[in-house]
Amino acid sequence: MDPIIKVENLGKRYRLGVINRGMLYKDIQSWWARKRGKEDPHSPIRVAQTGGDTSGQEFWAFRNVDFEVKPGEILGVIGRNGAGKSTLLKVLSQITAPTEGHFKLKGRVASLLEVGTGFHGELTGRENIYLNGAILGMSRSEVRSCFDEIVEFAEIGQFVDTPVKRYSSGMYVRLAFSVAAHLQPDILIVDEVLAVGDAAFQKKCLGRMDEAAFKEGRTILFVSHNMASVRSLCTRALLLSGGQLEADGPTGEIVDCYLDKGVLPPSTANQEDSDAARLKITAIHYQTVDGGRTVEVFIGQPIDIVIEYENKNVLPHEEISVGIGLHGPSADLFNNYSHFSGKLFSRIPDKGAFVFRWPSVDLLPGHYLLAVRVVVRKGLNDEEVLAKPSSISLIVAPADFHKEGSGDGLKFGLIAVRGEWKMLPGGKS
Amino acid sequence: MPITETAENPEWDRVVTAKSGLLDLNLAELWRYRDLIYLFVKRDFVAIYKQTILGPLWFLIQPILSTLVFTIIFGNIAKLPTDNIPPFLFYLCGLVAWSYFSDCLTKSAATFSGNAGIFSKVYFPRLTVPIANALTNLITFAIQFGLFLAVLAYFTWKGAPIETSWRVVILPLLLLQMAMLGIGFGCIVSSLTTRYRDLAMLLSFFVQLWMYASCVLFPLSLYPKEWHWLLVLNPMVPVIESFRFAFLGAGTVEVYQLVSGAIVSLVVFVVGIIVFRHVEKTFSDTI
Repeated sequence: MDPIIKVENLGKRYRLGVINRGMLYKDIQSWWARKRGKEDPHSPIRVAQTGGDTSGQEFWAFRNVDFEVKPGEILGVIGRNGAGKSTLLKVLSQITAPTEGHFKLKGRVASLLEVGTGFHGELTGRENIYLNGAILGMSRSEVRSCFDEIVEFAEIGQFVDTPVKRYSSGMYVRLAFSVAAHLQPDILIVDEVLAVGDAAFQKKCLGRMDEAAFKEGRTILFVSHNMASVRSLCTRALLLSGGQLEADGPTGEIVDCYLDKGVLPPSTANQEDSDAARLKITAIHYQTVDGGRTVEVFIGQPIDIVIEYENKNVLPHEEISVGIGLHGPSADLFNNYSHFSGKLFSRIPDKGAFVFRWPSVDLLPGHYLLAVRVVVRKGLNDEEVLAKPSSISLIVAPADFHKEGSGDGLKFGLIAVRGEWKMLPGGKS
Repeated sequence: MPITETAENPEWDRVVTAKSGLLDLNLAELWRYRDLIYLFVKRDFVAIYKQTILGPLWFLIQPILSTLVFTIIFGNIAKLPTDNIPPFLFYLCGLVAWSYFSDCLTKSAATFSGNAGIFSKVYFPRLTVPIANALTNLITFAIQFGLFLAVLAYFTWKGAPIETSWRVVILPLLLLQMAMLGIGFGCIVSSLTTRYRDLAMLLSFFVQLWMYASCVLFPLSLYPKEWHWLLVLNPMVPVIESFRFAFLGAGTVEVYQLVSGAIVSLVVFVVGIIVFRHVEKTFSDTI
């Protein structure tokens, strides 16, 4: 099939620092000087002397990106914060122009970079549906034809003629997504919007997107940090890293590739460690109890968290405590320092690893963040932080936690708890 | 956004490239979004008077109060001539026309800064916003114009020396010219304010100065005739004078003034749209 989106050599550059010289006449002087091939009278002296680039520091949000998308594909775009995902989507949805290269599209494009853009608080739900539809490129008659569906999907029922400023935030988000989901674009660009709303509604949205792609043949570009939704929704994925297209292929492979790379903590990935870090965390990864590396952790199973380090300047007599903290999508879950169980490490070798054995990962499937801290305890409430804060994502995959065959029932709350039920005969208790 | 329509690229509906031509106006796309313009007009009009007690009455109170102030200061205290027209009517006439223009200008000038949030999240032709503004202002104008007609009728009935002539048919053209000038100039200011915020502060001051230079408060006949050519470089002078001449029968209008006013407005409009189109491509990077 012919591609519906074709991106060739696309790049977007930002200038860092000064956007203008503060005053219009200085800008004009600079421009005039450049025009005549003279030295910019307002350029920083350092730059002028070295004869370097007078346009200031530059930064490519992404560059040399090439890919094609076929109709009906759901393409996930993944990568770290700052990898250029959101900028790529901004360029593709024409919010900002590319600096180099070009892309071609067929059919109508709607982008959903944030739900509820263009909603006006004073207007009623009904008025906002029309307005939002028009902003996203629908005509009034198109909105009219699916108006009832939109209201039904959003579950706002009798509130349709109430100004949206009186809506609860949940209703607001549901209405906004519902309008977007009922758009009939050929290409839908979605950025992280599913991070909002309750779990049931998120599920409904994913279902709706799935349906749009498979039944109605829409093409969807989906940026998310939630690997679980990328995995369940996308047929193909792009991995961006430092503004470069690093990998392009089936979702499963690409997500694994991303998680493998996720081993390096972001804060130490590309900058020299400051003097403050006396211990450098070089990698964090997961191992199954039999020692094999893994990127996915299954609910209810044991796992080893391996924290590799380099000792920069920890003295042999110092006693250190290593801790992990786990953050969920809506709450902090727990922390566990080695000193909790009375373990303090001393005589740290130059290189090595700390390992935390987690006997059973009793967390609902989803996306979590695991943070690592290393401290020297100096008193009851006094500690010195030795390593820069490092973190890694933890993806808990579904498994048959309750051993009942289907893995069903793991939908409520944050944690999974095993237990036993029985029935007592009536009478005495 | 530089978009080439299907004609040049039969295979693709949209091609977005880094390079763009100067005249990439893409009016066809604007036409496709006409429903959006309509809804913007509706939104702005409805939202203005929601949760106010007097509602659309505010559109009438504003010009009445300003006209009263002008009548007292310029008519009764400074005793500036008004071409023999009753001062209240004279000032109201100038103000109603002027405020249509100044509303178009100030609202268009706020296009980028006022819509930064939505512009950085979703694409639609940005020109819909100033166009919708000009249309919303037209509703305001209609209400104020109704007030003016009522006052005009009252003074005519009282026997004031007023000659309303067939020349009133020029009104739509005057409105078009004011809209073009307001949008064009507003677009230039709006594009520049994405980089230089100071201009937003200067604008209201500048608009006020412009009003004094536009014969809103005193007739062109106040100035010596040999200087008229210089004054009508300001395209608003012939507009205001023609407006008064058509409805009140007093004013100094010559054909060359109308032509020069129209040409200047057209040039400002075209330049404004080109600059606006150019800035909208990368505006979300600088705001």
